Amino acid sequence: MNSPFISPFTCETGLSKPERSGAIFANVQLSATWVTIPKDSGHRQDTIGTTIPGSVHLPFTKPAYGHARHQRPCDNYDDCLGMEHISFLVAVVIITALAFDFTNGFHDTANASATAIATGALRPKVAVTIAAALNFAGAFLSVKVATTISGGIVNEKAGIHPEIIFAALVGAILWNLLTWLRGLPSSSSHALYGGLIGATIVGVGMNGVNFDTVTTKIIIPAVASPVVAGLASWGATKLAYAITRKGNDAATTKGFKTGQIFSSSLISLAHGTNDAQKTMGIITLTLVSVGALPKGALPPTWVIVSAGAAIALGTYMGGWRIIRSMGKGLADIQPPQGFASESAVSTVILTSSHMGFGLSTTQVCTGGIMGAGLGGPKPELRWSMVRRMVYTWGLTLPAAALVSGGAALVAQQGTWGVALVGAVLVAGSGAMWMISRRQPVSADNVNDVSDVTPVEAPVPVDVNPAVAPANAPTPASTTVAA
Amino acid sequence: MHIKWNALAQTAGASFGITVAVVAVFALGILALSRREAALTTREGETAPAGGGRLALAGAYACFGVCAAAVVYGLVLMAAQ
Repeated sequence: MNSPFISPFTCETGLSKPERSGAIFANVQLSATWVTIPKDSGHRQDTIGTTIPGSVHLPFTKPAYGHARHQRPCDNYDDCLGMEHISFLVAVVIITALAFDFTNGFHDTANASATAIATGALRPKVAVTIAAALNFAGAFLSVKVATTISGGIVNEKAGIHPEIIFAALVGAILWNLLTWLRGLPSSSSHALYGGLIGATIVGVGMNGVNFDTVTTKIIIPAVASPVVAGLASWGATKLAYAITRKGNDAATTKGFKTGQIFSSSLISLAHGTNDAQKTMGIITLTLVSVGALPKGALPPTWVIVSAGAAIALGTYMGGWRIIRSMGKGLADIQPPQGFASESAVSTVILTSSHMGFGLSTTQVCTGGIMGAGLGGPKPELRWSMVRRMVYTWGLTLPAAALVSGGAALVAQQGTWGVALVGAVLVAGSGAMWMISRRQPVSADNVNDVSDVTPVEAPVPVDVNPAVAPANAPTPASTTVAA
Repeated sequence: MHIKWNALAQTAGASFGITVAVVAVFALGILALSRREAALTTREGETAPAGGGRLALAGAYACFGVCAAAVVYGLVLMAAQ
């Protein structure tokens, strides 16, 4: 059965926003070449102008089949088995993309809320709720970033299959979860880019990756942005303290705490705008690649809504471990410092995305907090934490690339390979979640860090039961995995 | 490889300038608010210049207004992309 059905989702493309159409058009132009169809590549043309509309056999498309002009021979699932391997892959890629979006939100909650929680400007639950709502809202604000998921990093002409996208997502998710487990704020965007690079090298070859673009669009901004945010935050902190020195202490604290609500909200909004769109882009590209969406389609409304919802849900779950390390682990942040840092972060994110530099919100936030810590009245930083974070930044891209490369190798073997990689993903995520339960960090204990001195090896605290009781019950063991 | 050092420097400079300016204006607003409180408390005791509190309040509102304008501009930039 060669005639694929048309997904009902093609119908709702949100054309009511004319100002978007230019950007989106460009997006899909790019995406159409970015992802090529692995099998049956002619099927889209086959169906154009015929009475049998094309479609993708997604389990959730069935209720809307009725929009077609004709009763089709494939209205029964069993008739469409020929499409099943593509459909299975597409469904897997969409689910994995949403899972990545979830880990992205969950990992990056800290960016907006860590400083607000640490200074007491917002109660933990309130902070993550606001962040979640604004991440969701941010997903609807703009669709430009969706044009730069590949951003020229991957050579579009080389051809990227859905298997490669899947492998890239797997590497990114696993790296995100591992760094979350260790409470380290690594960049979700770098994890995704690293995954794409690794999977492309394995699937297409070295010529599939534009290493020049990797340098100019990822590496240079990655080095420069935390420094700029740190400097701006340092200067702003100094000035904020100097100006309010003669003021009433209580009024000053209250004022900066109120200001923090706004500055952290702006970060959440910018984050939703930037990051939810990466997922939207991936899903849209995948649908285009199998012909479920025509070239030139906008991301369908369901894609925008589900990407926004996934990132918001992740944000609401709160990566408490990372919130703790960012809010309490780097420096003791007071309200003026928190406000200065958050303002610096929002400004850097907004100016650089306006100028076309992609950057990592996470790294900018960390830089901002460091600057605020050093600019405060008692300049101090916990350098061991700084060192660990910087190592993690350096590792993110290659580590995600390595995992995704391996995943691509297996996933390309066919359906069993995809299934195997999916199983490894689920098992790995489950294992990391189980390990995290040993020392849970939640809204209730996120600020309970008397003196954070994170230890390098977080997991095997109770490896040796004979020795452990002697030296384990120190306060340090509770902060070990933070 | 073509690196846009110019754009990079502009971005860095603009980020630094805007951050410092907004935070400074906000801090001035807070200072004005705390001056106003001081003015109000002195007025209860003796007859201080009555305009002091009101002037400080107006100054605070002006400062916060500038900050709000900066935020709105940021939102416009975000949505215009």
